[in-house]
Formats: sequence, C-alpha cells, structure tokens
Amino acid sequence: MKKKITLQTLADSMPPEMSISRSTPNALLVRLSGNWHIDQPMPSIDELEKRLKSESKLQKISFDTLQVAGWDSSLLTFLIDISRLCNQQKISIDSAGLPDGVPQLLSIAAAVPEKDTGKAAKHESFLTRVGESAAVSFQSAADMLGFIGEAFVTFIKMFGGKTRFRSYDLVLLIRQCGADALPIVTLISLLVGLILAFVGAVQLAMFGAQIYVANLVGIAMVRVLGAVMTGIIMAGRTGAAFAAQLGTMQVNEELDALEVMGISPMEFLVLPRMLALILMMPLLCLYADLMGVLGGLIVGVTMLDINLMEYYNQSISAVRLNDLFIGLFHSAVFGVLVALTGCLRGVQCGRSASAVGQAATSAVVTGIVSITVATAIITVLCNVLGI
Amino acid sequence: MAAKKAHITVKDLTLAYGSYVVQHDLNFTINRGEVFIIMGGSGCGKSTVMHGLTGLKAPATGQVFYDDVSFYESGPEEKERIRQNFGVMFQSGALWSSMTLAENVGLPLEQYTSLNRSQIQKLVALKLALVGLGGFEEFYPSEISGGMQKRAGVARAMALDPDILFFDEPSAGLDPVSARRLDDLILELRDSLKTTMVVVTHELSSIFAIADNSVFLDPETKTMIAQGDPKKLLAESKDPKVLNFLTRGEGNNKK
Repeated sequence: MKKKITLQTLADSMPPEMSISRSTPNALLVRLSGNWHIDQPMPSIDELEKRLKSESKLQKISFDTLQVAGWDSSLLTFLIDISRLCNQQKISIDSAGLPDGVPQLLSIAAAVPEKDTGKAAKHESFLTRVGESAAVSFQSAADMLGFIGEAFVTFIKMFGGKTRFRSYDLVLLIRQCGADALPIVTLISLLVGLILAFVGAVQLAMFGAQIYVANLVGIAMVRVLGAVMTGIIMAGRTGAAFAAQLGTMQVNEELDALEVMGISPMEFLVLPRMLALILMMPLLCLYADLMGVLGGLIVGVTMLDINLMEYYNQSISAVRLNDLFIGLFHSAVFGVLVALTGCLRGVQCGRSASAVGQAATSAVVTGIVSITVATAIITVLCNVLGI
Repeated sequence: MAAKKAHITVKDLTLAYGSYVVQHDLNFTINRGEVFIIMGGSGCGKSTVMHGLTGLKAPATGQVFYDDVSFYESGPEEKERIRQNFGVMFQSGALWSSMTLAENVGLPLEQYTSLNRSQIQKLVALKLALVGLGGFEEFYPSEISGGMQKRAGVARAMALDPDILFFDEPSAGLDPVSARRLDDLILELRDSLKTTMVVVTHELSSIFAIADNSVFLDPETKTMIAQGDPKKLLAESKDPKVLNFLTRGEGNNKK
C-alpha cells in the first residue's frame, strides 16, 4: 500500500467517485473516494439504484470513506439521495463509516420541518387563473374608487380644519414639485413651442400667412399643450417619486406605524401631496405657457422675419382669456390626477423591493393614461359648452 | 482538540467615520473552528468592527489577515477569493425581498459554481433543511416570520460552504426558544463542518452558551478592554466594566 501522504495529495485533485461491493450476503459496502467539492461532477447513483432494486435480500448499506480527501455539501446531498433510495426499498443505513460530523448534519437535515407549508403542490388551470385575475382587477378597481372617495372626503375635511399634517412637509413638497421642476419644464415647453412654430410655419408660408404662427403657438400652448406637457412631466417626475416614497414606507411598515397612532396616512401623506400639486401645477402650467410662446417667438423673429412687436400683438389678439382659464383648469385637474395615482400606487405597494419598482412604473403609466383621458373629456366638454 | 491555528488576525485595527473614531487599536486572533464573540454594549461599534472584518468598511489604519493574507492589501481577485470563503448573516436577515427563499440561497451557487439546476435545487433544499426551513423553498421573505428570516439568512450565508460565518446580532428580536435553536445551530455547524464562527452579540445567555473566545469592546475608551473565554472573564476579570456587562449590571457582588 502507498504511503498516506501521496494518496492524500492524489486524492485532492481526484473527482468524487463511488464503487459498490458486497460485504456480506445481505449488505452492500459503498466506497467513496476523491475530493467531494461542489465544483466537481458527482458520480451517478443509477448503478446503486439498480443494485438496490434488483437484489431483494439486501438489508443494510454501509460506507467506507477513508479515501475521501475533503467534503462539503455535495457529499451531503449525495448521501441524502442515497438515503431516500434506501427508505423506498426499506434498507437500513449504517452511518458509522461516514466522516465526522456528517451523520449529525444528516440528522438535522432529515428532521421534520415544524409546519406543513402546503405550498408545494399548486398547479392551477387556465380558467382558474383567468377567474382569479378578473377578481383581482375588480378588487383593484374597487380599491381605486375607495381611495378616490377617501381622498375627496379628506379634502373636504381639510376646509373644516380637522386634518392633521405638518405644514413644514407641505412647504417642502411645494418646493420639490414646484421650484425644483422649473428647469425641465423650461426645456420641454420651450422646445415644444419651437417645434410647433417650425411645423406650422412650413404650412402657413405656402399662403404667405407666417404671422399666424403666433396664433397657432399661442392658442395651442395656452389652451392645452402647456398643461398637458407639464402634466406628463410631473407624472414622470413627481408621480413616480410619490409612489416610490410611499411604497418604501409600506415596505418598512411606516404606514402601519402611522395608522396605529391614529394618524391617517390619507391626511398625513396623501393630502399634502395633493395640495402641493394642485397649487403648483397651475403655476407651472402658466410658466410653461410663457416658455412655449417664447419658443414660437424665437422661431418667428429669427426665421420668419416677423417683427417682435408684431408677433406680440398677434399673440395678444389671438389668445383669449378663456383659453388661459381652460389651460389652468386642465392643469389643476392633472395635479389631482398625478397626486392621486402616485399616492394610490404607493399605498397599494407590496412588501418587496421589486414591488416598489412596479408601483413607480404603474404610477407613471396610470398618471399619463388618466391625463390623456381627462384632456379628451375636457376638450369635448368645452366644445359642447362652446367655450 | 487539535492545535489552534489562527484563521483571522486583526492587527492595530482602527475604524473611523471621517474624524470620528469608532474603535481603535484592536488586536486579536480568531482561531480556526472556534466560535468567537465580539461583545459590548449597544453603540460601541460591534457591527462596525464586523464590517471591518468582512471588507464592507475599510479601516482607517491597521490590517486584517485571513490565513496570513492581508485582506485590505490584496488585489481585487485575491479579495474576491477570500470573500467567497466567508458568509455573512446580516442583522435583519437582508434577504432579497423579491426572490423566494430558494432563489435567495441559490443565487450565490448560480453565480460562483457551474452546477446545473437540479444540483442547485438539492443543495438549496439541504441548506434550508439544515436551518429547519425544509419545505419553505417557494416562500417569499415577507411571508415568513422574523426568526425564520434570520435562519434563512444563515442558510444563504452557508450557500457556498464557507470557512467562516459572520453573524450580526443573530438572536436580536427572537424569542428565547428560537434564539436557543440558533445558538444550537451555530454549535452544530462548528462541530460538524469545523466552520469558524464570528458572532456579534450582546445577548448574555447566548454568549455563555456558545463562546470559545471573545473580545469586549468598550464605548468610552473606544477600544477592546478584555479578551478570552467569557466564562473565564466572569470568573477572573477585575475590570468593573467587564464584570458589570457579564453580570447584567448586578455588579461585583454576584459572582
């Protein structure tokens, strides 16, 4: 026999191996060797399975692991597989030959879990899934209605002075969704004004009516586009932020903490957000209107050779005060929608990191969809009323 | 017991946030296969010291050696290799909330080994069974209790069969029976897998139950003021602070 040292170093690099021999007429000896590391390919237990099934007299399995150089969990999973086989065939296992510590770990792993989890077998049919998701979407529609109703009640309650939120929060929120949004609102509305003027100028120049670029840009920006652009910007910027913020609070049980203290999250968190957006959206919209008109003016003066005063006078005469009010009304509605969708998705958020991501995504999607739908409704209404 | 062999050596370690020193001039050795406790009152910087050991917080000065290899002086590949040799259980479990327990435990296996799906599944089932969570593979962390989350954290830390396991406040927030079970698990893993265990805790009952060795960190002098087997410290130490801690503030009269 070789010296143990050489055997050991040899075994270090050897993959795990298993050989089976018969020790007594009704017992098998499983000899394991090599380095049992999870990176190494494990031997197959098919041969053992075959012998266990074919030889009916077997009563016992024992192990020889003297040549095992090292072991980790891979040996344990291998042995668990073997013991499962033996259980099926009602063969007992003699664990005396196993390395130190292995029998102990196997017995811990084999201990019965404390509860029956009942989650293993869960295969639902297609119809069940459809039914369930229909039920879920009904429920979520009901939740949304409930949320809107509660928000409305809270809003009314505010005028009675019975609501609790910190005015400091409101100031901070007003800054976040007002002043902090100015740069992006400037950029977007200026560019929208420029684009409108460009596209319009090409058509109007055919009739020599370049001066009507002022009408086009002025009315479009002031009446709808200023409000819609700020609405979409705020849905992406602030709605997502609200959803992520409230969602994270939901994950950390902060909303529950408020609730048990008797402070309604609706009053404390949703109301100031709604207020901040209702107050700031019309202001941002007004600013966006100005920037849009400025964009049109830049194109008009530099490219179409319209005089500055001419453009100004044309704009003043084209845009009626009604247009301005309709635009501001749009933006106030959008403020409510963005705040509500953002807060709703945040409050509905599940308790995991990916749920927060979903909440933010769906806040933006719901926000933009509802802005578009609201614009359509208001436009039709204005048409019917003849404003 | 076999001859003691140093596994982690801490030399003149000073940890600081900017100019605020948390702990300075720590010197201690953690031997292979022992349960080593980092103890001290709340806010003395125990967790920061553990972060210093695990590479999450680079020290202001000093060295941490793993088997004579200086962790902070080694290159990224060497660091990666050392890191794969230890598992960390975080204070709150820190399970990835959007993954099932099986995915949580399986992720390190997927990343660092070339095992196929069924092998990973078997290993995951084994690890979860070892911490008493067999059958909970498809549960999400939010669906199980706090104690179970901690044990799942242990299972994840053990995924790659590490040589060293770090535990940050394993028994915090657990009922006495669950805390005891976790202690037993630590001892069983040490005995069977010969894993080195570094445990940050201030739970006296578990300190006396599992410790082979320990250091005591003091928040006032901001350094270690005692080290050794806590039972011996209780019997032999003359330092009033250490005795006060080890007797739950009942002073020197109760020995």
